[in-house]
Amino acid sequence: MSTAWALVAGCAVVTFAIKAAGPIALGGRELPRWFASVVALMAPALLAALVATHTLATGRRLTVGAPTVGVLVAALVMRLTGSIAWCVISAALTTALLRAL
Amino acid sequence: MRAGIPFALAGLLLSASFGIVARQAGLPDVAAIAMSLFVFAGSAQFAAVAIIGAGGSLGAALVAAALMNSRFLAMGIALAPSLPGGVLRRAVQGQTIVDASWAMALRTDGSFDRYFLFGATAPQYLTWSLGTVLGVIGRGAIGDPSRFGLDAVFPAFFLALLMAEVRNPRSRGVAIAGAAIALALTPFTPAGVPILAASAVALWGLASAPRP
Repeated sequence: MSTAWALVAGCAVVTFAIKAAGPIALGGRELPRWFASVVALMAPALLAALVATHTLATGRRLTVGAPTVGVLVAALVMRLTGSIAWCVISAALTTALLRAL
Repeated sequence: MRAGIPFALAGLLLSASFGIVARQAGLPDVAAIAMSLFVFAGSAQFAAVAIIGAGGSLGAALVAAALMNSRFLAMGIALAPSLPGGVLRRAVQGQTIVDASWAMALRTDGSFDRYFLFGATAPQYLTWSLGTVLGVIGRGAIGDPSRFGLDAVFPAFFLALLMAEVRNPRSRGVAIAGAAIALALTPFTPAGVPILAASAVALWGLASAPRP
């Protein structure tokens, strides 16, 4: 089997196992009260981490670049219009324009 | 399902660039498409292919994919109590976890609307596969995908979700702390670890949990 196919199969198995682990181990149980309050805060923590690392890092280096400005503009557009579509379009347009300069 | 459509459209563009990048890294056409069909985890696919493309080992690529996906472990644990049925059924239902659907299916009480999760993920899976095919076929015509600012599309989406999420001071504090931890760890840990570590900030919820 070539490296490419080993990579595809390996990634498929790894991803399946990671996504399945929680549901297999803890599925269908009653929620303890403390669990619910922790889970409710996971979304802001994870989303903020995703935004920060996608916007301010390239690989392991912290960087400020065209996408940083794009996402800042998107935040402003989101606040002003409340539209996810405009928020995303403005991010891509700003980034593309800055790269074209 | 409608909630997933904007993400599906963005995924179409992103997976097209994955198709291009995977080909550049030397993956055969069919392998690139199969990867999107059977892995369906964008950040892990990009990370793994980048390592193979740079001449890295298969083991290194798989470790990178696992670390990138480690946030799904946390998301799966959070989701688990909302999934009924046998072990196999729960394992399969867990495969529908993707960032945007997971965040949108989360209710304020910490439980999940699983049908919302499945519905929002379905169009994203469809366009993720389709986009990869388009990228593989049209790579000559598209050229360098970063020219179109596509790399800003996903953070902008996550930001929009985040802004809807942070309605009270506590969630705002958690978001700021999560971002700070992720950025602080980025130079020192492999990709993916900073994001998983940031989820630990949610333990803040313990401090104010109602005592039984």
